[in-house]
Amino acid sequence: MSEFLYMGGYAAFVWPSYALTLVIVALNVIWARRSLDQARADARRRLLRGGATT
Amino acid sequence: MAWTWFHRLGSPPHVYALAARLTPWFAWPAAALILAGLYGGLVLAPPDYQQGDDFRIIYVHAPSAWMSLMVYVTMAVAAAVGLIWRMKVAHAAAASCAAIGASFTIAALATGSLWGRKMWGTYWEWDPRLVSELILLFLFLGYMALRSAIDDLQRADRASALLAVVGVVNVPIIHYSVLWWNSLHQAPSVMKLGKPDMPAAMLAPLLIMLVGFTFLFVYLLLVRLRGEILRRERTASWIREALAE
Repeated sequence: MSEFLYMGGYAAFVWPSYALTLVIVALNVIWARRSLDQARADARRRLLRGGATT
Repeated sequence: MAWTWFHRLGSPPHVYALAARLTPWFAWPAAALILAGLYGGLVLAPPDYQQGDDFRIIYVHAPSAWMSLMVYVTMAVAAAVGLIWRMKVAHAAAASCAAIGASFTIAALATGSLWGRKMWGTYWEWDPRLVSELILLFLFLGYMALRSAIDDLQRADRASALLAVVGVVNVPIIHYSVLWWNSLHQAPSVMKLGKPDMPAAMLAPLLIMLVGFTFLFVYLLLVRLRGEILRRERTASWIREALAE
């Protein structure tokens, strides 16, 4: 296990690369879902205000 | 008529419902493929005979770079369709791409920088491949800045679409930079004609990651596209329907 983490001496470059990429993947999933939720909330408010046309 | 599918793609309610239906078909395969690719890349693939374990950065670097280009081309094509056919849904798709593309361009640049530190002896070099990828980041950021600077959504759509379409010339420059100029960056080892320059145990996790990131992009695009369509919609009856699910 510690040998795996050591990455043949390249741990300081391999692990940050993977961590950064996975953080960006996770953030993208969170941002996308939040953007849809926000649009739905705005649309709901617009309906209630009667700002939308029929 | 063969063109009905194209016309239906111009209909916001149709695309909204279609995107919702398709989302799980991309979300779960993306998660499974990326997990499998990570395991393959970190555990199963043998160390490189020259680069040792440092080469494993390829399994996050190449998919991020692939993602950055795929997202840009998608954005530019959607923007062009929006400009030519004045299709609201196409503009919504283009707008959905920018933040995804910018973030993965950052991932490609940063992981490349970490890879370059040991292999080239530097985090950064003013090299054609690196500079053209940096320009790609500025194109994404410029697109986003331009959109947020224009309040009127229709004008923002058209102005930013023009920028996206013009910027597409950078894409072949990025791809061919390593062949046209004397670059530090290695030439393509997978995205080329003929056999890939890699043994199967190294290549398989990379291909799995590339497909996984492609699914991830479609998933992200579908989710964001629904939001963008809703933002552009003013017809109460279908908003009510869309919110009901």
